Amino acid sequence: MVTRFSFLGTIAKVFMWTFLLGLAVVVIYPLLWMVLNGFKENAELFGNPFALPVTWDWQNYANAWNRGVSNYLMTSVLVTVTSTIATVFISAWAAYGLTRVNIPFNRAIVTAILGGLMLAPAVALVPLVKMFQGLGLYNTFWALLILYTAFRIPFTTFLIRAYMIDLPREIDEAAKVDGATQWTTFWRVILPMCKPIIVSTVILHVLFAWNEYLFAMVFTSGTGVQTLPVGLTSLMSKHGTDYPVVFAGMVIAAVPVVLLFFLGQRYFVKGLADGIGK
Amino acid sequence: MLTVEGTRAKRVPRPHSPIRESSSTRPSGIKRILGFAWVLPALVLLAVFVYLPLVQNLGFSFLEWDIYSGSQTFVGAENYIKLSSDPIFWSALGNNALYAGVSIVFQVCGALALAALIESVRRERWRRALRAVYFIPSAISLTVAGLLFYFIYEPNLGLLNYVLSGVGLDALTQPWLGQESTAMMAVIAMSQWQGFGYSTLLFAVAIQRIPSELYEAASIDGIGVIRRFFTVTVPLVREMTGLMTIVTISGAFQVFNEVMVMTSGGPNNSTQVLATWLYRSGFVRNDFGYAAAIAMVIFLVTLIIALAQLWITHRRRVEW
Repeated sequence: MVTRFSFLGTIAKVFMWTFLLGLAVVVIYPLLWMVLNGFKENAELFGNPFALPVTWDWQNYANAWNRGVSNYLMTSVLVTVTSTIATVFISAWAAYGLTRVNIPFNRAIVTAILGGLMLAPAVALVPLVKMFQGLGLYNTFWALLILYTAFRIPFTTFLIRAYMIDLPREIDEAAKVDGATQWTTFWRVILPMCKPIIVSTVILHVLFAWNEYLFAMVFTSGTGVQTLPVGLTSLMSKHGTDYPVVFAGMVIAAVPVVLLFFLGQRYFVKGLADGIGK
Repeated sequence: MLTVEGTRAKRVPRPHSPIRESSSTRPSGIKRILGFAWVLPALVLLAVFVYLPLVQNLGFSFLEWDIYSGSQTFVGAENYIKLSSDPIFWSALGNNALYAGVSIVFQVCGALALAALIESVRRERWRRALRAVYFIPSAISLTVAGLLFYFIYEPNLGLLNYVLSGVGLDALTQPWLGQESTAMMAVIAMSQWQGFGYSTLLFAVAIQRIPSELYEAASIDGIGVIRRFFTVTVPLVREMTGLMTIVTISGAFQVFNEVMVMTSGGPNNSTQVLATWLYRSGFVRNDFGYAAAIAMVIFLVTLIIALAQLWITHRRRVEW
């Protein structure tokens, strides 16, 4: 009886591992194919798609870099870094004001800020284009900085606020007794204590800003202001026949965020779990 | 899990009464107004760039508006009437619904089962590795994933047709994105590949929060693995399942990136979804009033879904 049971168990285990590893192959192989194609020549691409590159040279990567990817990358880095800083600070201020400072209409403000979570960016697209054209910000770096910040404040404030609410009141009292102002309490006491959630929100915002497409596509058009996702599609339409260069560009766009995910995995998972499942 | 939820239920009333009671001197009126400065940047940005456009959009949806000549004419509900008789609008709405349906099967039900399977692996190192590998497609952008699958579906150099003919299924090889019958499903399939790791990760976190005593009790009772999944795991992660369902549906009605990158709504508008049809109507066909009307439909659908989410979270709080 026992042996029969473990025999069935072994079969189930074999099936389970076949499935799990098979799925891993389905995930990894296309990515590997993308990386390998970045090393191939165009003619090789049309031969055997499973073959390894004949020579491993970096020419396609260099070509992609020189045909605009370096510009797209710089813009992406700039937009990502500035909008991350702006979003996280503005949200942390708001979360502090809403949880630790006695301000009027607290409840209404919470509703106003978190209510923004419900609104899909596409809904505001047409008026925003008109507005940014009027402001002279259309097709500038500022358009993306402002939009990425404004549209991510609700989510980021939601996460930081949920964390700050749980910090004990005694901390504020102690700081007050020591003569600290609200401003010092925020910078020196509360913000450092929120480090785990701040790291999570930074990672989540970087992933968002690096990958965002709708606003980037509608609000920018020249090489100087386009971010990587939009830049890749223009690379595709401009050099559509030189596929290996496009693959190289895709790899350049994907590597930083994949690295970021693996480095910050712990915080990232926590942030996601807190954000959605709390 | 119970204690975690319990503390949340307790702290609900707290945000409305911050340090006031405990501080010996009540802050003066001016000081309270100064406290406003903390939330002001967030409120201003949201008011100007999120809420104001939403209101403006409603107004625009009653206009006939040519952005290049600048002419705007009030046409009342005409854009909405046009919408109701536009076959592409209805097929776009249908495509969004199809997107939502398929995503619920794979990214909610499938992901839950997969997460349970992963969490049943004994070694932590393997569990972590599997979760991370499945997540990689969600870290790379939809643009990169979309372009990658554009090439995978490519009839001449693509992996998919090559694999099919390699295993003797030549009859199945086809231009996946180039024909109306398969294009939408091909885009949706890419989206499942890109997104299932994300929801699997979240379900895994939810499963880890289930007290292990419940599983031990189940195994003492001699309950099999599959029955245990339905009697222990599924009921105890049902809140996460509810939230994931709503997030998935909401996302499915906002799809834009992958369709734009892979097909731009073609061939013959067969892969248009609401957001791409909005984009095309406004920015390509210069009919911005009509685009604003489509935006109002997206707004209504996502609002209803968001209210459903609020209702679920509220009910959960009361339950605990």
